[in-house]
Amino acid sequence: MFRNQYDTDVTTWSPAGRLFQVEYAMEAVKQGSAAIGLRSKSHVVLACVNKANSELSSHQKKIFKVDDHIGVAIAGLTADGRVLSRYMRNECINYFYTYESQLPVGRLVVQLADKAQVCTQRSWKRPFGVGLLVGGLDESGAHLYYNCPSGNYFEYQAFAIGSRSQAAKTYLERKFESFMGSSRENLIKDALFALRETLQGEKLTSSVCTIAVVGIGEAFHILDQETVQALINEFEIAGEEAAAPDQAGVDEPPAAAAGDQAAPGDEGAAPMDM
Amino acid sequence: MTKQQANWSPYDNNGGTCVAIAGADYCVIAADTRMSSGYNILTRDYSKIIQLADKSVMASSGFQADVRALQKVLASRHLLYQHQHNKQMSCPAMAQLLSNTLYYKRFFPYYAFNVLGGLDNEGKGCVFTYDAVGSYERVGYSSQGSGSTLITPFLDNQLKSPSPLLLPAKDAVTPLSEAEAIDLVKTCFASATERDIYTGDKLEIIVLNASGIRQEYMELRKD
Repeated sequence: MFRNQYDTDVTTWSPAGRLFQVEYAMEAVKQGSAAIGLRSKSHVVLACVNKANSELSSHQKKIFKVDDHIGVAIAGLTADGRVLSRYMRNECINYFYTYESQLPVGRLVVQLADKAQVCTQRSWKRPFGVGLLVGGLDESGAHLYYNCPSGNYFEYQAFAIGSRSQAAKTYLERKFESFMGSSRENLIKDALFALRETLQGEKLTSSVCTIAVVGIGEAFHILDQETVQALINEFEIAGEEAAAPDQAGVDEPPAAAAGDQAAPGDEGAAPMDM
Repeated sequence: MTKQQANWSPYDNNGGTCVAIAGADYCVIAADTRMSSGYNILTRDYSKIIQLADKSVMASSGFQADVRALQKVLASRHLLYQHQHNKQMSCPAMAQLLSNTLYYKRFFPYYAFNVLGGLDNEGKGCVFTYDAVGSYERVGYSSQGSGSTLITPFLDNQLKSPSPLLLPAKDAVTPLSEAEAIDLVKTCFASATERDIYTGDKLEIIVLNASGIRQEYMELRKD
């Protein structure tokens, strides 16, 4: 994407029918560190890479508990993510106050998407610069959704966002058919494997990642460091130093057109939403 | 032409009695389970007690619709607190929140007479007693509701040291053991049930201590 005369305002269309500011917002998501989600019939696992800016600082919180039955992992502008998490928490609390039952995940993501859409159609606002992987449980089962800055959302069996997420997606595409019937432990194992793919050879330890689980009979919670490290050791996923074959050449092309998954090399076309 | 008076009241009194006693490392909260309206019994099996947080239990008599609304508001506020602070609310914090929530409706009050019991930050028992608009005080024991006038003088006599009769109170909490306090509560209700028509049916007792929370029931006279 290159700068042009139609990208100053979110309320300006390009002649090709694109809103560049919205697409730039989606770029912000791609710059954030990776976040991964997978689900089975009864559980959803969210995993993310936690990179601290320097050795001196703590790392940013990227996974938030929204309610006992819903959690969210974010990539992009974490401040925007924090604000949206607060909104989601309030919505869940208010719904429970009125109806004395849990807010269904599908309803929450629609509200979130509508909120994001507003920011794509007001000249005095800017789109949210964060992508959200919303994982939760309701009467109709376990769900994983991806909410985009554009206001779109999709349901997924498994998905990854953020930098080097393509590596994780490649791994997930290979294994996703088995997820629906997966056990909780295997689902977490697959999340760790997928996460390792995004680290490009760096060692996977519990200090660089965060894992959270929600399931039937299991409230949403973030696994503590010892548990995660024990799982990593158990699955022997510490990671190889040499680049594995399926990691070659999947780094995001820095300024090229269509995003991660659309038809490659077609710069004129609007990227289909991730 | 005399001025027309309101013949409809937004309030009703569903009766019942609540008691709480604080000990060195425990707290006992109890309430009867009778819900009435006028001279009628609506149900013999309604709980006036709710656990608001790990270490906070509230018992409320008065208008149960307002009590239920108050419980919901506090539960929602506690959830919000947990999200923001990543921990449970302490009992003294909940006490302040309850007071603020009640005063918020100073000009259309919650018709609820509350007793909040639990463990403070040091693990000692604590009891907070309220009026309908949020005036509150930490005490060693308290009783609210239709049977309170019968129970309070008895507790003043039995729990001598935390009693405000010797102002200032000699101890903040009663030196009684947990079992003795529970027995005392049962005695209180058995007697109150005899003389107060709005108290009876069943007694629900909640005990909060370092090992967690426990619930007990005792049958009361049903007349």
